[in-house]
Order: sequence, then structure tokens, then C-alpha cells
Amino acid sequence: MSASYILKRIALIFYTLFIVSLLVFGITQVLPADAAVMMLGENATAEALEALRNSMGLNDPIWMQYLRWTGGVVQGDFGTSLRTGQPVGPALFSALGTSLTLAVFSLTFMLALALPMGVVAAIQRGKATDLFVSFLSYIGVALPEFVTATLAVLFIADWWGILPPAGYVPLSQNPVEGLRHLVLPVVVVSIIMIAHVSRMVRSELVDVLHTDYIRAAHLKGLSRGRILLRHGLRNALLPAITIVALDVGYLLGGVIVVEEIFSIPGIGRALMAAIQARDLPVIQAGVLIMAATYSIVNFAADLFYAWLDKRIQYD
Amino acid sequence: MTDFLRRLLATPQGLIGSLVVVLVLFAALTGAWLAPHDPDAMAALARYKAPGGDYLLGTDQYGRDILSRILSGARSTVTMALLATLLGTLLGAVVGTGSAYLGGRWDEAIMRTVDAVMAIPSLLMALLVVSLLGASGANALLAVAIAFMPGMARITRAVALTVRKQDYVSAAVARGEGSLYIVLREMLPNVIAPIVVEMTIRVSFAVMLFATLSFLGLGAQPPAADWGLMVSEARQYLHRSPWILIWPSVVIAITAIGFNLLGDGLRDALNPRT
Repeated sequence: MSASYILKRIALIFYTLFIVSLLVFGITQVLPADAAVMMLGENATAEALEALRNSMGLNDPIWMQYLRWTGGVVQGDFGTSLRTGQPVGPALFSALGTSLTLAVFSLTFMLALALPMGVVAAIQRGKATDLFVSFLSYIGVALPEFVTATLAVLFIADWWGILPPAGYVPLSQNPVEGLRHLVLPVVVVSIIMIAHVSRMVRSELVDVLHTDYIRAAHLKGLSRGRILLRHGLRNALLPAITIVALDVGYLLGGVIVVEEIFSIPGIGRALMAAIQARDLPVIQAGVLIMAATYSIVNFAADLFYAWLDKRIQYD
Repeated sequence: MTDFLRRLLATPQGLIGSLVVVLVLFAALTGAWLAPHDPDAMAALARYKAPGGDYLLGTDQYGRDILSRILSGARSTVTMALLATLLGTLLGAVVGTGSAYLGGRWDEAIMRTVDAVMAIPSLLMALLVVSLLGASGANALLAVAIAFMPGMARITRAVALTVRKQDYVSAAVARGEGSLYIVLREMLPNVIAPIVVEMTIRVSFAVMLFATLSFLGLGAQPPAADWGLMVSEARQYLHRSPWILIWPSVVIAITAIGFNLLGDGLRDALNPRT
């Protein structure tokens, strides 16, 4: 892994954010929403609206508005919410913290289940366990989050009363209650990823177990457990890193739905509210922050992969 | 063709997937006539009925027959998912094959831009497009197609690049075949197979994405008999009668599983090596 590869990857993150910023700015420019009307209300006089538009720079050419917005973003200023009148940045970053808590727990939970499931299915290929795991994964992939969330709330929260049906308690405030509130959202948002990743791990490991070097290890007389751990898993789990990183994009989408259903004050819920209220600065900043999170996670995964697998020589 | 069908139906995924998909397509074509009741007829005296008797799957909060609503909703749900996948694939194929054809720096620039767009989650992309165009079924279709575009562009590009380098294409060129023959007889069949597999699996994703958009209030609008919308509306009446919610959820899941299984079956059947 050379320094120029890392630099190239970092340049790619900035290119990604540049494209996303153009896209989201373009979309919000075309959105049928008038910031001045939103701030002053429907009954404002034409003169007052015009004066506000002038002071907000809404009458400037679009490229000037874009440069002003990105100039602010680079300095950490994401603008002011049209709905609340508060600065967008601090509110969204604290919401991002909540979402990341949910995301990190979900990823951990997903890996803890998906990896063993995939490995066991690959070892027991064609037997009942394998069929059972693929049966589960077909069902898991086919259930949208809003369906699993609603059913989970119905059975586990309402009928059995084991867990709270909605809401969020910060872990720093009350760890026990915080975790209890996180269980259902974490499970719901993980299901599709568990199904996807366990299938990927299974097929990678099945491929690896059929390679010549595994056969050679068998012929050398190594024990099955040693072959599986030292040769099979090492080579099968490496590609899983990339797959998991790409799934983070899916996770961020799922987080939107789950936060909405379980009333979790994260960035997904903030974005949904902003989209419904046509709160342009919040939409712009929210999409940009989500894209940045995705890019940084994938960058980290690539570095991790290259560090683990010394054979890879990127240029 | 019969040989291909036999291979497809020989695998359990292919067999079950084909059966479910044929059933779903049949419901989409004839569901409106098969429905035992008028899907929009309200009956004040027959609200929240449990499954059984005159109402096979029960009735909803307005006394509408759930089975009839599911059957008549099949057409819009399935047609929308198929059309959105098709449109997304076409848009993606233009970008992907164009990029592969141009090659070099253009290819690099186009693919890095496609990667950049993929940093926006598909659901968020669809939400943005719908909020731009207004909440309606047709706009949701366009939104899902646009959300699918970058992924399909990557796949078509990868496929087009590998096929172009294959020996049988070089052999056809060496034999002196015309470009039309090479494109139609040598390249196209090999390009189409992986794309059809990907499309089939994407249809199930599209069904779920549409349902989610409707659920969030940005897809089909009431009183449409849309499956996602039915789940969304039923949540309020969960405690009165969970059946209103469970049946459309089950149908969404079965449809998604069916297309997933068929996709995997097609992959095995089109790729006899494994």
C-alpha cells in the first residue's frame, strides 16, 4: 500500500462529495419551495419577501449560491434551518451520533450472527443446516424494514411487553434503558444485512474450500480445524470486508425507515422531516453527511483490506 | 430453450422461484377479475372481520375485502416493479456500455462519477426524486429507476468489458464476420445472461422499495389498493385486527422471495459450470 494510493483514495472521497453536493444542490434548487415564503409565512407582503430574498442571496445567480453554500460547508457552516431557525450543523451532527450508535450496534450484531451462519452453512454444504440457513436468508432478504419493524412492535413490545415499542434514551444517560430501547431497532435494521452477508460468506468459503491450496493442505495431513481456520477463513473473510462496507449504504437507507418507525432522533428522521417540510438547508446537509459517512467507511475498509492482505499492491 | 428450461426447473430455487413468479404474474394479469368482492366497496357492518367465511382473508377498517384488495393491487405493484427495473436497467446500460466503449480516461471519469452517486443510499435517492417530482405512483417509478441506474451501469460495464475481450469474439473477428453478426450472435447473448439475473433479483428489491415509499407516504396514495400502502394504513388498526397488516406483508415477502429464487435459479441455469 503506497502513499500515492492513499492520496488517490482521499482525492476520490473529495470527488464523491463534490458530485453529491452538485446533485443535492441541483435537486433542492428545482424543488418547489420558496425559502422566503417559508420564513415569513403565506401572508407576507411582496416587498418584505423581496427584501428577504435579497438579503439571503436568493436572487443571485445559481453558481454564486452554490459557491456560497459549499464555502460555508468547508468552514463547518451548513446554514440555518428554515423550519427551526437553528444552525443546521450542530443539530445534524448530534443526530448523526445517535444514528451511528444504532449503526455500530447493528453492524456488530449482524457480524456476530452472519459470520457463524455463513461458515456453518459452507462447512455443512448441501445438508440440512445449510438448507435451513439459506431458507432463513431468503426470508430475511424479502422482508422490508417497515414490515419487520411493525411485526416486532406488535409481538414483542405490545403483546408480550418485553421491550419498549419506540423512543430513544441516550446510552450515556441511562445505559440499561438505552440498550433496551435499541434492541428492536438494531434487530430490524440488521435482518436484511444478516441474510445478505451470511450468503456472501457462505459462497466465498465454498469457493475457497474448493481451491488447490486447501486440497494441498489436506494432503499434507493438516487437521480439518486448522485448515478451516488458518487457510479457509482467512481467505474467505477478506472479501467480506468490502461487502460489509458496501452494505453500509444499505444500512444508512434502512436507518431512515427504522428511525421513523421507532421515533429515534437520528439523522434519518431529521432528513425525513426536512424532506416533508422542504427544509432545503437540512436536506442538503443531511444528504452530504450521509454520503460522507459512506465514503469514509469504504475508504477505511479499503485500507483495512490492503493492510490485512499484503499481496494487494495498489498503485 | 427447452434444455434451458429443464436446467432451470431442475434446481429447487429455479423451480420454486418460477412457480411463485408465474403465480404472481398470473395474479397481476387476472387479479382484478378473480377478486371475489369489489376491492373498494366499504361495508360498515363487516369491519375488522377475521379470515374465514365470505371473506377468505378477512376485511379491513372500512369493511373492504382484503383478498380482493391484494388481488387487484397485484397489477400495479408488479407492473411498477417490472417497469422501474427495466427503465433503470436501460438507463444504466446506456451509461455502462457507453463508458466501456469510450474507454480510457472517459471510462475512468464516468465510473468514478457513478461510484460517487452510489454514496447516496438508494432509498434516500428515491425519496429526493419523489419530493422533487411530487408524491405519486408514476413519480415513484421514475425515482426507483433512477436509484437503480448507477448499480446497473457498473454491472453492464463490467459485463461488456469482459465479453469484448473473450476469445470467441476475437475468433469471430478473425473469421471475418460482420460487426452486426458479432454483436447479435456472439456478444449479446453473453451480455444479456448476467444482466437478466441481476434484473430478476432487482425486481424483488423494487417491490420492497415501492412498498417502503408508499409506507412513508411518498408512493401510491389512498385509497389505492397498493400493498405497501395497505401495510402502512393497517398499522393504526394493529390491535383491532392484525390480519389487515399481516396479509399484505406476507404477499410482499412472497413476491420478493419468488423473484430472488428465480434470479438465483437463472444464474445456475445460465452458468452450467458450477
